[in-house]
Amino acid sequence: MSDITRRDVLRRIGLMLMATGVLDRVSAQEVHHLALAAQSSNGGAYSPKALTAHEYRTLVRLTDFIVPEENGKPGAVAAGAAAWIDMLASENAQLKGIYTKGLGWMDEAMKKRGAADFVSATPDQQTALLDLIAYRRNQSPELDPGIQFFTMARRMTVDAFYTSEIGIADIDYQGNRPQASYPEPTEAIAYALKRSGL
Amino acid sequence: MPQVSSSTTVHDVVVVGSGAGGGTVTNVLANMGVSVLLLEAGPMLNLGDLKEHMWPYSVPHRGAGAKGQAYTNEPTGFTYSATYGGAQLEGEPYTVAPGSDFSWFRSRILGGRTNHYGRVTLRLADYDFKPYTTDSLGFDWPISYGDIAPYYDKAERFIGVTGSIEGIRSAPDGIFNPPGALKAHDVLVQRACAKNGIRAVAARQAVTTVERNGRPPCHYCGQCGRGCTTASNYASSYVQILPAMKTGKVQVIANAMARELVTDGTGKVTAVSYIDKTDGSEKQVRCRTVVLAASACESARLLLNSKGAGHPQGLANSSGKVGRYLMDTVGYSMSATVPALSGMPHYNSDGYGSHLYVPWWLSDKHKDLNFPRGYHIEVGGGYGMPGIGSFLGTVNRVEGYGIPMKQAIRDNYGTSVGLSGRGEMIPNEQSYCEIDPEKKDRWEIPVLRFHWAWSDHELNQVRHMQQTFRAILESMGGQIATGGGGGRGGRGTAAAGAPQRGGQAPQTGQAGPQTGVPNAPAGQPTTAMAANPPEADPNRVPISRGGAIIHEVGTVRMGDDPKTSPLNRFCQAHEVKNLFVADGAPFVSNADKNPTHTIIALAWRTAEYLAEEMRKGNV
Repeated sequence: MSDITRRDVLRRIGLMLMATGVLDRVSAQEVHHLALAAQSSNGGAYSPKALTAHEYRTLVRLTDFIVPEENGKPGAVAAGAAAWIDMLASENAQLKGIYTKGLGWMDEAMKKRGAADFVSATPDQQTALLDLIAYRRNQSPELDPGIQFFTMARRMTVDAFYTSEIGIADIDYQGNRPQASYPEPTEAIAYALKRSGL
Repeated sequence: MPQVSSSTTVHDVVVVGSGAGGGTVTNVLANMGVSVLLLEAGPMLNLGDLKEHMWPYSVPHRGAGAKGQAYTNEPTGFTYSATYGGAQLEGEPYTVAPGSDFSWFRSRILGGRTNHYGRVTLRLADYDFKPYTTDSLGFDWPISYGDIAPYYDKAERFIGVTGSIEGIRSAPDGIFNPPGALKAHDVLVQRACAKNGIRAVAARQAVTTVERNGRPPCHYCGQCGRGCTTASNYASSYVQILPAMKTGKVQVIANAMARELVTDGTGKVTAVSYIDKTDGSEKQVRCRTVVLAASACESARLLLNSKGAGHPQGLANSSGKVGRYLMDTVGYSMSATVPALSGMPHYNSDGYGSHLYVPWWLSDKHKDLNFPRGYHIEVGGGYGMPGIGSFLGTVNRVEGYGIPMKQAIRDNYGTSVGLSGRGEMIPNEQSYCEIDPEKKDRWEIPVLRFHWAWSDHELNQVRHMQQTFRAILESMGGQIATGGGGGRGGRGTAAAGAPQRGGQAPQTGQAGPQTGVPNAPAGQPTTAMAANPPEADPNRVPISRGGAIIHEVGTVRMGDDPKTSPLNRFCQAHEVKNLFVADGAPFVSNADKNPTHTIIALAWRTAEYLAEEMRKGNV
């Protein structure tokens, strides 16, 4: 984590504590997000190749919404989804264009809703926008670019997460290891038969 | 014409092509003490290149293509599968006649398509050799089941094939090694079939589950399509050719693209001319006998391109039948989400691909059906290794983001069950290949032009598959997700509905052209399958595209009459005694059995015959 980002995080924690005296659940998540985002974007492990630092921070935040951590189990940020997307975008001009344009659209849409940009908007403002662009039923000339971009970002974030070590553990894929025999999955069979009525 | 370099050595046998047929001929002859020179159009297989056991995160792009092409609708260069080929090969075009639709998959590598194929290993039934006698359609083979059964035996003993003794006429029993247990979804499919009066049995896969000739038993990783580093499944490369090379009887020339067969005044083949792809030069190897095993269409192409004074229509082609009676397998797939499987205790379902299949169950009922020939069903499902696109279907359906979306992915994982029909096509006059009068490949070799037509025999069969698959899937409570033109799912193509040939079904509703998806450990080559065909034409029968099932056979058929068949009953050219064909080209019909097992058995028989004829001095 770079010093500046670390300071940012500590300041945010300080502000939250001053305001409420405790870190409530949402705020705690916010801190977690900030920390992980900072770690991922500025921790020295990955410097964006295709996106600007601001675009990359925006993407990290977006991937965190798409596959968040869940009951302490890490999500897309810890899985490095944004880094993977940026890496592919650095090899593919068409993809880079999709992300540059799409992330810019997110900022513009947020400005219309009274925030400076997507990352600095409040979580409520952020989810309000996402709740619009995450569904085809909201298609409109105004939202279509956002819906198209989010569909791609969601698809790639899901791919990035579930092809990572973290995601494979999350989905509980138990294979890809040599076995001496192929035992009958008796517990699974009993479950399926009972539920199928066969 | 560049200078052709030629060695003076006369090789006893030159084999062209190293797939199931060429690998078998090479191995059998080497073990009989006969020297073989093997020409392969692709490179040697480097076992270290196989992607078996590789996790998606072990490669930077995780299978999305080095440039993320999976997301910009471009072909992805990288895959986990050991396919080394495809329908589009740089500099090696083919053409398709107007009004026809055909896809020609080629694999250029030692072992060819056997490195990755689905490894379904089925004997033809007795009636499959006499289809004309049975229903007055198509043609009879010049041999019967009894002629080839001993070679099925030899092949099974050598390769190792899973299965169980069932006594079903359409699916003759063989010499099986013990099958793996059924997977959870297999048990549901088996019971759902039973409810519909259909019998499902252990899959017959070219996988040894016991130690065999130094090959360790299967380790059940489910990634047969990536090539097997322990050689526990069958591929001609690591099971036949590499071991045969250790006898000292086999020489392999890789990157050798056969161009033409050179003949003497009597019409006998004296040499094979080939392009050395490493420098583009043309070379010749002299031979006493030649065995073509370049794949049905490449072998036909080679004969048609070998024109001489005595054979202006191409070699061994006075009958005009070379290239004719091209057949593929009829393909149709349907998948369903099965709620009974949601929330099931997870287990390692990898295995060796499919563990269950359904042999044709109505072979004695054709008079009651509106189509004359049968099909079998291959079953897919289970918890595949997550890959690019694995959850796209679920995500596109539920939309949103966050924990609800994650939960939907979790709930759907492993709940998809797919059925793939593989049916017999009857040869017809409209389906054939010929030399394109204009087009040439990068080495100036004239290319093939394909003509293709399905008939009502096949379309009605697909309609029957549709009704049957729906009945089976609904009997297990399945909600039909996709049903479409039966292409192969593919090297990773996360084709909706097509059971991945490793038996790993894609996630429900997943469609689209993602290639290189590791979700298909035993995957097939990618020919992106259209999920459901366009709704615009509800009357269109969603049959696979010609060539899409990659079972093309029948272009240089065998038969007793030289006027109607280029090859005799030993796959020896009637007109050219030192010329043999040992791939899918000699097939007279294309039963609903995947062709590789019969290619191996026929090639074995041809090799023994060739050796005996050489010993007698007849060739």
